[in-house]
Amino acid sequence: MPENIIQVEGLTKCFGDFTAVDAITFTVKKGEIFGFLGANGAGKTTAMKMLIGLSKPTKGMGSVAGFDIAKNPEKIKKRIGYMSQKFSLYNDLTVKENIRFYGGIYGLDKKRIRSKTQSILKELNLNDVAGTLVAALPLGWKQRLSFAVSMVHDPEIVFLDEPTGGVDPHVRRQFWETIYEAAALGRTIFVTTHYMDEAEYCDRVSIMVSGKIEALDTPENLKHQFKAKTMDEVFLKLAR
Amino acid sequence: MFKIFKAFVKKEVYHILRDRRTLLILFGMPIAQILIFGYAVTNEFKDAKIDVLDYAKDQSSLQLVQHIQSSGNFLLNRILHSEKEIEAGFKAGTSKLVLVIPESFGADLYGNRPVSLQLIADGSDPNNANTLVQYALAMILDFQKERLKLAENPFQVRVETRMLYNPQLISAYNFVPGTIALILLIISAMLTSLTIAREKEQGTMEILLVSPLPPLLIILGKVAPYAILSFINAVLVLVLGYFVFGVPIIGSLTLLLIICMLYVITALSLGTLISTISKTQQDAMMRSLMGLMIPSMILSGFIFPLASMPVVLQYLGHIIPATYFIAILKGIMLRGVGFNFILFEVSVLLGMTLFFLFMTYKKFKIRLE
Repeated sequence: MPENIIQVEGLTKCFGDFTAVDAITFTVKKGEIFGFLGANGAGKTTAMKMLIGLSKPTKGMGSVAGFDIAKNPEKIKKRIGYMSQKFSLYNDLTVKENIRFYGGIYGLDKKRIRSKTQSILKELNLNDVAGTLVAALPLGWKQRLSFAVSMVHDPEIVFLDEPTGGVDPHVRRQFWETIYEAAALGRTIFVTTHYMDEAEYCDRVSIMVSGKIEALDTPENLKHQFKAKTMDEVFLKLAR
Repeated sequence: MFKIFKAFVKKEVYHILRDRRTLLILFGMPIAQILIFGYAVTNEFKDAKIDVLDYAKDQSSLQLVQHIQSSGNFLLNRILHSEKEIEAGFKAGTSKLVLVIPESFGADLYGNRPVSLQLIADGSDPNNANTLVQYALAMILDFQKERLKLAENPFQVRVETRMLYNPQLISAYNFVPGTIALILLIISAMLTSLTIAREKEQGTMEILLVSPLPPLLIILGKVAPYAILSFINAVLVLVLGYFVFGVPIIGSLTLLLIICMLYVITALSLGTLISTISKTQQDAMMRSLMGLMIPSMILSGFIFPLASMPVVLQYLGHIIPATYFIAILKGIMLRGVGFNFILFEVSVLLGMTLFFLFMTYKKFKIRLE
């Protein structure tokens, strides 16, 4: 049995009278690709923000990489990578400078930054544009670079918040390949999305509807359970 | 920790160097402002056109007109022949002042009778009209004295005026301190609030907050380059003021620079405070323009004297950091006062800075909750 790298129990977040996340409970195993699904406004991003230390839980418990999210957010931050739905690189810095900057703020030493830069440039085939401003790159490239940069410090878990928002299907496909590559290296991937077809790529998925987790299993089991052919159908049945 | 800080500041320097708008504000604005204020905003005038309606047409009236022109301030535009022509010059914009000399001018002057003259000015431009009339009056009194050297009245009140600290009333003495206050405010407050708002707008702030960087280091890393640049700018304006406009620094230069540093910190804390409440760059820009720039320009006593404003505006003026900073600058630069004379102003500035820093810290924390 692989250990649970994320463990959440009764996690709740209220904004005044409104309960954005309502007592959710789930675990994520080490090395799995966990899909965190839900419609816009279902509370995915709020839940994720509590896990990565951007927001404090109102009630409930949670631990990430073995540390309590309420007590030790600083220790968690060193062990996780994060890529937000907004584009997270600096447009007025070159590809190389972006990698160096993020390596720098995670406290990597010079040698390590240099070798990381080399390997990222090589893996993504970006050697020719290493000195180009990020603003000039096509969206698909930026996205993959953004993902690579979020893993510059070799985190145990990578949180991806709607990483494929606003990208065409072909590029989305490509992006998922890079996610698989990262998972193959033993990294845990926690990914939120509202594209149901992407759910099929995940090892396990949870589906959030208005603040609650309504379903949690492998895509196969969920389809079986809801007697549906695709994840899309599963979702439609749940949302009703 | 220092290495991380260095990496952060390096990134910030790239941002500044690659953004033309920032560069222009940083280095174009101080120079443009000081030159504009220096050459355009001035109460001194030369060769103002004056019309004369001379009913006397005798020797003494001619001498008066000549005397008025001798100062270099006035230039005779037209000799008028009737009252009807007076307004024509104002309407055409060719003259700003008309001097009317009555027929009996010469006779009264030497006959020891009351002498009357009339000055008519274009009141649609009140400041200008006032200054012109005052200059003209001074010249006329001067003329009278010269003519009547003879029978000096022993009981005459003689007033001798002297403008201490700025004997020639050079306007640069006023606007150089004011410009320093404005420029430091613009660069420190506006640019820092813009750069922090930009990170929020682009979503990179979120990434920074998820990283192990302590929030304090993020803020320090953002403001440090601007603190240094603001300081360089303050020195630049002082140097320009000294060499181009001859504004002296009579007091201690060290004290002056230390106070500039303090004010830079005040402005930076204001800038970060603004950025914690603005979500976008445009938002930050509007807030710093309306909330900082305009009040500091109008209510700090830089252009209009505070004492002559309605009480409410005076109170407003007294909560603006620039008001105190300008007072300190004038004290040190022009009057050469030491630290004990500016103690009050310095402690007010210090208090304001601590208040802003505290507010920023609190706001920043709340945002993370």
